Amino acid sequence: MVKAVTGFGRSGLYDWFIQRVSAVVLVAYTLFIVGFIFLSKDFGYDSWSALFEQRWVRVFSLVALISTIAHAWIGLWSVITDYLTNRMMGGKATVLRILVEVLLGAVAVFYAVWGIEILWGV
Amino acid sequence: MNKNRPVNLDISTIKLPAAALVSILHRISGVVLFAVVALLLCMLDASLESEQGFQEVADTFNSVPAKLILWVALAALIYHLIAGVRHLLMDVGIGESLDGGRRGAVTVLVLSVILILLAGVLIW
Repeated sequence: MVKAVTGFGRSGLYDWFIQRVSAVVLVAYTLFIVGFIFLSKDFGYDSWSALFEQRWVRVFSLVALISTIAHAWIGLWSVITDYLTNRMMGGKATVLRILVEVLLGAVAVFYAVWGIEILWGV
Repeated sequence: MNKNRPVNLDISTIKLPAAALVSILHRISGVVLFAVVALLLCMLDASLESEQGFQEVADTFNSVPAKLILWVALAALIYHLIAGVRHLLMDVGIGESLDGGRRGAVTVLVLSVILILLAGVLIW
């Protein structure tokens, strides 16, 4: 059996499952943030910064960020393996696809580190 | 079956059914959203930095280009979220039939257009 070594989970089933779990986390986080912005009486710097001072909000935000990265990796992997193919552009497609994956990985690390720095105010 | 029947694989001449349109838009909005994460982190960074930083983020969205960028970002988010919920519903067996799939796809499109217009009204 050929394994998709550049996939996120160890198999298509893992990828499918991670994609669903991360999606549910992201829906919850989106509703939480949008709800906070619209439902707080005097939304401003004070209430906003007080929100992110709570540890559970920071943890929830970090979980959402990690979910975003996993979700984006699986989604973008599907997209590039569909369109950057040898059938469409010959042998150089493999090289191009790996370059794009390296770039995606670099951006993912950048997002993760940046997010942690923002949330824990380094 | 006649093996020499004409085959059309030129995707640009194939009319997209609603479900295919929903699918390709889901992909496009997903790619857009990966870039939007940078924008959101940037806004979060500045808004938590100080009261002045928060005000600067708020003031940025007084300009028309910034409003447009925010609207596109929110449009991608709204669409991707709704189309994603359709996937989750189909995973639990809702709307899996040919007809159900078509109805679900049209619902996603209609609901997204309404919410995206609403977001536009809120931004302006």
